[in-house]
Amino acid sequence: MLKKLGGIIGPLVGLIIICIILTIMSANFLTAGNLSNIVKQISVNAILATGATLIILTGGIDLSVGSLLALAGAVAGHFLLTAGIPAGIIAGLIVGVIAGSANGLLISYGRVAPFIVTLGTMTILRSLTLVFTNGKPISNYPESFLAIGEGEIFHIPIPVLIALLVMLACHLMLKHTRFGRYIYAIGGNEEATKLSGIKVKLQKTKVYVLAGLLSAIGAIVFISRLDSAQPQAGVGFELDAIAAVVIGGTSLSGGQGGIPGTLIGALIMGVLRNGLNLMEVSAFWQQAFIGSVIILAVLADQLRKKGD
Amino acid sequence: MKKFTSLLIITLAIGAIAFSGCSSRRGTDTGKVRIGYSTPALTNQFWNRVTEGIQKEGEAGGIDVIVADAQGDSGKQLSDIEDLVQKKVSAILISPWDTDTAASCLRKANRAGIPIIVVDIGTSGGEYASFIVSDNKEGGRMAGRYIAEKIGDSGKAVHIQCQLGARNAQLRGEGFEEIMNEKGISIVAKQPADSRRDLGMSVMENILQKNPDVNAVFAQNDEMALGALRAIQTGGLEGKIMVVGFDGNNDAIDAIREGGMAASVGQQPEEMGRIAMQTAVKIINGETVDKQIFVPVKLITKDDLK
Repeated sequence: MLKKLGGIIGPLVGLIIICIILTIMSANFLTAGNLSNIVKQISVNAILATGATLIILTGGIDLSVGSLLALAGAVAGHFLLTAGIPAGIIAGLIVGVIAGSANGLLISYGRVAPFIVTLGTMTILRSLTLVFTNGKPISNYPESFLAIGEGEIFHIPIPVLIALLVMLACHLMLKHTRFGRYIYAIGGNEEATKLSGIKVKLQKTKVYVLAGLLSAIGAIVFISRLDSAQPQAGVGFELDAIAAVVIGGTSLSGGQGGIPGTLIGALIMGVLRNGLNLMEVSAFWQQAFIGSVIILAVLADQLRKKGD
Repeated sequence: MKKFTSLLIITLAIGAIAFSGCSSRRGTDTGKVRIGYSTPALTNQFWNRVTEGIQKEGEAGGIDVIVADAQGDSGKQLSDIEDLVQKKVSAILISPWDTDTAASCLRKANRAGIPIIVVDIGTSGGEYASFIVSDNKEGGRMAGRYIAEKIGDSGKAVHIQCQLGARNAQLRGEGFEEIMNEKGISIVAKQPADSRRDLGMSVMENILQKNPDVNAVFAQNDEMALGALRAIQTGGLEGKIMVVGFDGNNDAIDAIREGGMAASVGQQPEEMGRIAMQTAVKIINGETVDKQIFVPVKLITKDDLK
């Protein structure tokens, strides 16, 4: 059992320690209401981080997810109001697929480093969002759409359910499909994977398309929770997503890690933010805490590996 | 490639000459007093309305107003000021893109000896004749008084702040807390949410975990107020906690009309433009003016929207 848990043991222990400290420090932390609150708040980051995990497993990186969330959200919001709920959702998802394809094609076939491509698309997508929204929020959606963000099924908030389903599907894909094994192989040794006859460029492109789609799903959940698509939405979300992946033990050089670690990473981020808020720590210090946790997590992981 | 580049430069140069020709044609040799107004971006509703106020007041007083739109570019704003200096206007009004741009623009006008009036935003340097700005602190007090009136002295309030460096927003907070202290209303939570709606929502969600019994929220801008409102709605507490924001933006007005938000403190951009223009005229006529002039703000509640 322990061996099967493997790389996620470290982050899991970290999460438990943080929870114990917060329970002692704040009487409001360990309540059903607050825990449900935390998982609702991390649902969007967890969805984005799932896409980021897939990309980081191939040895890549995606900085454009926050901007893509804003654009997909704005497009979905616009069409929700003008053409109905299904049209809005589909339009948002299409934006995700198109942007993901652009990233993937430029990285795989254009041979530009992922960092550069997605840095470029990050600013382009942000700019397109400003153009599309004219700098104004798009708000006041129909009640039935808001149910995505507010509703519950079997007492589980729907955003959480969506995040869990997305994570489960990607986890199963990684572990049990050929595509999943290719992702690990590309991250482990791209050259060897290519030489063994796998169409690396195609597979990599597919990963970015999938991540784009996931960002768009995140966008739908986000705008439904907030009842508004904001031109400045998602600023910094890419870093939160990457942080969750890294805290969860996935290696930035690719080939190692997985979705369960990312789930724990996202939980650690959410629990920390919530706990620091409950203890009324100033927002300036909150960032220092979270930064320290990111570094500590990776440091601990390194030390543990050395010990093996 | 080289050919293309030079062609591009030539095209741009011709375009620039043509454009500057357009803008300089108006208002020359009419014998009227000419006043220039440099606006940061006319696409922005707020600046658009300030400009309207300036133009209306100009028309009423028989003054030629030359409006230069920086289109959201601080470099263009600087050259707009150079153009206005070249046109030898009698006074310049400027709503700076940011405080640093303001300083450079002010120095240009100072060197030319043209009086310059700063309309909102503020400046980090240079000499100005007058600074026209919304009375943010009084706005905060208005929000505080309205909340105190509705929840009574024993109520509990939440204060959501903009990013901590924003001076205008800080003044709103100071005004609000002044009234809360005066009335003995306790502020049970005070958190920044960076002027953003999504952060306003999550900050409020967390605050509600610890203090589900609060009676009122004051947010230093409407975006955060709308986020807090969302948190209250999804937490099933709608109607139990009053939300007051600041700015009077469209979404907030809708929320006030529907009853979700209790009020917003609205700025009055047209009034700001009108006062700016009156101040400019006074300066040209050699009258002394105050170094800082506050434009009144007003509380917008459901009753005002009927």
